[in-house]
Amino acid sequence: MIVEIEKLTKIYESKLRVLAVDGIDLVMKQGEIFGLLGPNGAGKTTTISVATTRTLPTSGTVRIAGIDVVKHPAHARRLIGVVPQFNTLDRSLTVYENIYFHCRYFGFSHSHARARSLELLNQFMLSERKDVYPPQLSGGLAQRVQIARAIAHRPTVLFLDEPSAGLDPQSRMAMWSAVEGLHKEGITVLLTTHYMEEADSLSDRLAIIDHGRVLALGSPDKLKQTLGAHTVFDLKLKSHERLEPLVDKLSRHPGVTSAEITAEGLRVIAASSDGLLPELVQAAAGHGLRDLQITEPSLETVFIQLTGRDLRE
Amino acid sequence: MNKFELHPGIYVKAFLGLLLRDLRVLTREFLPFLLRVGMQPLLFLFVFTFILPRMGNGNPMAVGGGTDFGTILLPGLMAVAIMFSGIAAVALPLSSEFGITREIDDRVMCPLPLWAVALEKVCFSAMQSMVAALLVIPMAYYVPASPVRADVRNWFLFLLVLVMASLLAGSLGLVIGSTVNPKQIGLVFSIIIVPITFLGCVYYPWAWLGKIPWLQYGVLFNPIVYISEGLRAAVTPSISHMPWWAILLALLFFTSALARWGLKGFLGRVLS
Repeated sequence: MIVEIEKLTKIYESKLRVLAVDGIDLVMKQGEIFGLLGPNGAGKTTTISVATTRTLPTSGTVRIAGIDVVKHPAHARRLIGVVPQFNTLDRSLTVYENIYFHCRYFGFSHSHARARSLELLNQFMLSERKDVYPPQLSGGLAQRVQIARAIAHRPTVLFLDEPSAGLDPQSRMAMWSAVEGLHKEGITVLLTTHYMEEADSLSDRLAIIDHGRVLALGSPDKLKQTLGAHTVFDLKLKSHERLEPLVDKLSRHPGVTSAEITAEGLRVIAASSDGLLPELVQAAAGHGLRDLQITEPSLETVFIQLTGRDLRE
Repeated sequence: MNKFELHPGIYVKAFLGLLLRDLRVLTREFLPFLLRVGMQPLLFLFVFTFILPRMGNGNPMAVGGGTDFGTILLPGLMAVAIMFSGIAAVALPLSSEFGITREIDDRVMCPLPLWAVALEKVCFSAMQSMVAALLVIPMAYYVPASPVRADVRNWFLFLLVLVMASLLAGSLGLVIGSTVNPKQIGLVFSIIIVPITFLGCVYYPWAWLGKIPWLQYGVLFNPIVYISEGLRAAVTPSISHMPWWAILLALLFFTSALARWGLKGFLGRVLS
């Protein structure tokens, strides 16, 4: 296991006592892309901050390749690359120098650092902008420089904290393909996100976290199957009278997890949608069915079921 | 070299990498750097040792600005140059790098213990302070109406005082840069830097305060006093000064106290 997080707890003691991380256990395998999915304030960034030696845990341990990040932070930093949530590029240095000096900090010789910087600028299509200063870069370009800088010293684990926050769709796609490229090179990636699509399409495994706890853990497909392979049927009805017997009847139907009355009609959540649709239409016909909306199982439905709230709120 | 093994050489290389980065940034701003460190001593020498002596006896200021004043002023101006460089080289950049841009992050994430990252800042600032102090020597020779010569009799003492004074200034810069809110950095200049400079025995030797005992003992809490007196002992030993051992002890004490305080502030800012 390349990353081992054990019983990690972080309490911020200021005017307000905040329990940011509440006993998280996670392990990451070499070479996988691991997603931490959760709403703002779930504890994702704090978890990453501890793993990247920037925050001291209240209790628990994090080990990277067996090295305790609290006991040996300087050593652990050699094994990790970090792309923080905000642009932290050195504004006194050009794009090229940002990468070049990063290499020097990690012990590269002048010629080695120079070769590595030019190679990365080329790989990330930044060569034309090598002499530009960070404030002149767009958000997407700055993010690319940050990723190039983070992997310059060939880290074993790359941490990406909300890598696509604030990026336009093209830059986001470019960032995704960069991450997939790193994955092919065998780098372990830990990313936090509150974008479902990102977690779903990028990660090999993911943990859904909320209020500092891991609620669910597994591959996106497995999570969808075991936790939320639920299809949501929203029925809009003209007549809202005498719906209770219908709800009773539908609830007892095999395959239906729950049925409830909503403002516009009915919501039926079913583990399996086989053969249910005609029965629903038939049963609701007497109440004047106006519209029917079906939401296929997705991480989003899993998330809503687990946390009771929408990610984007 | 395997990155899973700990190798002490990597620390040295990381430290040198940080120094190289700072040097690169400084070379880009070399002229502003020279102006920043040179303007104040240049003007001071020009007014007090060139203009005023030429005004003749009719001018009451000319007495205070007599020929000997240049000799008294030389170590004092070196002390001011050291202090201002220390603050400009550490406090100002740090307070902005700790600000919303969090530019310090990449350097904090390099494979070095955090105290060494802070130490690099202090060392780099000390190098600038030394350059600034040495610049004052030729100025004092060429600007005043009658040249002031540095009279270094003990080179070892001179280097020791120069290095220790510069590290002290860098440590003071670290304290200010890591504890003061960037918005209030201007205020710090008016309420801390200016008073400790004016009361730092820059324009007069400490011994001459004998007639105002409360002030003479009060200023002993001011670290700048020991920088001025130390340079006086090393550069113009003919002017009265404190004993060298007391100066060195005080420099050591203030440097370690300020460095410790500054490091605590630095860690508080980068670790949560």
